[in-house]
Formats: sequence, structure tokens, C-alpha cells
Amino acid sequence: MLETVFFNLFGGLSILAGIGVVLSRNTMHSVLFLILCFFNAAGLFFMLDAEFLGVILILIYVGAVMVLFMFVIMMLEVNVAKLKEGVVQYLPLGGMIAVLLLIEFVAASSSGVFAQGDKAVAEHFGREVNNTAEIGQILYTKYLLGFEIAAIILLVALVGAIVLTIRNRKDAKYQNINAQVKVRREDRIRKVRM
Amino acid sequence: MVGLSEYLIVGAALFSLGVIGLFLNRKNVITILMCIELMLLAVNINLVAFSHFLNDLSGQIFVFFVLTVAACEVAVGLAILVSFYRMRGSIEVEDINTLQG
Repeated sequence: MLETVFFNLFGGLSILAGIGVVLSRNTMHSVLFLILCFFNAAGLFFMLDAEFLGVILILIYVGAVMVLFMFVIMMLEVNVAKLKEGVVQYLPLGGMIAVLLLIEFVAASSSGVFAQGDKAVAEHFGREVNNTAEIGQILYTKYLLGFEIAAIILLVALVGAIVLTIRNRKDAKYQNINAQVKVRREDRIRKVRM
Repeated sequence: MVGLSEYLIVGAALFSLGVIGLFLNRKNVITILMCIELMLLAVNINLVAFSHFLNDLSGQIFVFFVLTVAACEVAVGLAILVSFYRMRGSIEVEDINTLQG
């Protein structure tokens, strides 16, 4: 009973927050709605016994990615009213595609094909499970290669973001090693007759 | 008792919202990135739900990987946006047409 209440709370709030992300006029409001959506999705993850991923979702998404979004929005100061024109133009096509997708997904997920998975829940209750330890055991053995590839992707993204945004200042003083090595004695010393 | 299909319906609703957001906010690159995040979140909810109800932890591992790739994508996308804004003074999608050749 309590589970249903919490599911409705988290699921409904996340969908409402998603609507807010799409429809809000101000980009900053969209970011805040997306944060709400991520918090509620983390609640859904907790209900699904995925505590580690719920905490990771809050830490990484709300703590890092959304703050990055806010930072960029504040830095770029986008013109809000100008960017929102053309909503009416794309609403019929986008709405049609989205509604079709939703109908297909709901029909597929409520058709009973996935109902056989429901039995697995019963044996999960009452067992002493530590989600983090379980994930660690499987992540560092079976999925070790994927873990390392993820690490390399993170490194590449880190370097790429720095390379893209680095800016050489014109007034900064740099050391020109090439010119330093090639310098001759005559360039530095000038004989003056007294 | 909440079953698997309820979680899948929440995921489907979030994914459709992401798709409709891509269409509605075609002029704002930041909102487009946020809609992609929304769609990835829907996929993550589906993966975790399947992982829970099929009693298989592989789904959660894949959520981990999806999170990694999504974070990288946002970092690189926003870096491109910042450097483009520095070059042009605007991030409207209509102005981003120099790669057309």
C-alpha cells in the first residue's frame, strides 16, 4: 500500500517535472524542473532496490551536470523571449510523434509480455542485500573492460572540454623556447664607444 | 503492489516528453541537451526496473555506463556551446550553419 503511494508520488512528480522542463519559458526554470525530475527518479531507483544508482544520480546529475548547465546558462545570458518563437509551428508534428511513441510504449509495456518478471520480487525481499557491494562485485569482474572504457571516455571528455574552452590571452606573457635557443650573442650585447 | 509495467509506463512518458521537447525547443540548444538528458533518464528507469524485476544486476551496470556517457556528452556539448558563443556571440540553432560546407 505504502509502496503504491510512494510510486504514484515519485512517478507523477517526475512526469510533471518533465512537462515543466519542456514547457517552461525560461531556461533556468527548465533546469530547476529537471533537477526535481532527477530527484524523483532517484526516489524511484530507491524503490527498485538500486540505492547506489539513486545516490549516484543525485550526486552526479544534480550535483555536477545540472550545476554545469546553470553555469553555462548564467554565462551565456540567452535571450529568452526570442528563442521561444516557433513553438506553435512545431507543436502538431512533435505532439503527434510523441503521442504515437507514448501509445506504442504503453501498449507494449502493459500487454503482459513483461508480467513474468513480477515473480522475481518476492525472493528479493527479506534478503540481506547490499546493493553497492553487489554492484562492485559484478562491475570489477564481469564488466571490468566496460568499466575501464568508461574511465577512458571520461578522460577523453575531460581533455576535450578543456581543449575546446581554453583561450590564449593576447596580453599574457609566454616563454618562447624556440626564440630563446636560437638567440645569438649579437642580439643581446651591444658595444658602445665611450 | 507496483509491477514492472507501471515503471515502464513512467519511463515511456518521460521519453515521450523528451521527444516532444526536442520538437518544441528547436531554437534553444541548452533545452535540447536537457531533453536528451530526460530521454536518457527514461532509459535508465527502464533498465533499473528490468534489473529489479528480472533479478539481474546487469541492468544497473548498464545504467552506470549510460550515466558516464551522458555526463561526458553534456560536458563536451556545453564546451562546444561556450566556445561557439565566444566566436559568434549567439547560440541560436539557425546561426550554427557553418559546417554545411
